[in-house]
Amino acid sequence: MSSEKRTPAKDRVADEIDRNLKKAFEGMAEEPLPDRFTDLLADLRAAEENRKKVSSNDS
Amino acid sequence: MTVDPRDELTEHLGALRAFALSLTRNAATADDLVQDTLVKAWTNIESFKPGSNMRAWLFTILRNTFYSLRRKRKREVEDADGSLSLALASKPDHDGRLNMRDFMQAFNQLPDTQREALVLVGAGGFSYEEAAATCDVAVGTIKSRVGRARATLAEMLQLNDDEAMELTDSVTAGIVGKQPAA
Repeated sequence: MSSEKRTPAKDRVADEIDRNLKKAFEGMAEEPLPDRFTDLLADLRAAEENRKKVSSNDS
Repeated sequence: MTVDPRDELTEHLGALRAFALSLTRNAATADDLVQDTLVKAWTNIESFKPGSNMRAWLFTILRNTFYSLRRKRKREVEDADGSLSLALASKPDHDGRLNMRDFMQAFNQLPDTQREALVLVGAGGFSYEEAAATCDVAVGTIKSRVGRARATLAEMLQLNDDEAMELTDSVTAGIVGKQPAA
């Protein structure tokens, strides 16, 4: 049993707030992503493959 | 050939950016934060437990990065650039009674700790327990932050309990009205 006072009206306010927030969050998450993130991941991947190549040449 | 969890990173970019925006309220700062998070995630991938919740893991890194940056640059108190409201300007809320821009303006005024708690629980689908782990606080602390965030928003947007009655559609209101006084 929660100590917080829960009333149907209070729940409706909470639902209304969460519904708006979800919509806002989903809107932001669906925005087109800047290329810099995929570029960054590709760079990190390439750097790692280079490192692997260098270390296998060393051994 | 084992599966590299780093291949999964791209799936979370949108959510990471949304979480960063809700923390920073500034598009440029948010993108820098996502970039730092990706580098840290990439280089510390061994600390990710395969099969566990990658989004929660990434959010934890992003959040820690945000607060350590903030400690470094104390001057940055209010740098909200309205990105959140702008992002939503093209998405008017036709069905709801709340104006999205008003809503985001109110949301942006909440303290950091309340914004993050409400985003994780209210929008991100995190359980109170997951949100508590992400923010490294007790479950009760998250519950009280979410409660205070909702109460403050309700007050700012004048969504008091009486008005909330008007929110319900007439059918529900009719049912509520017909309930016997018992």
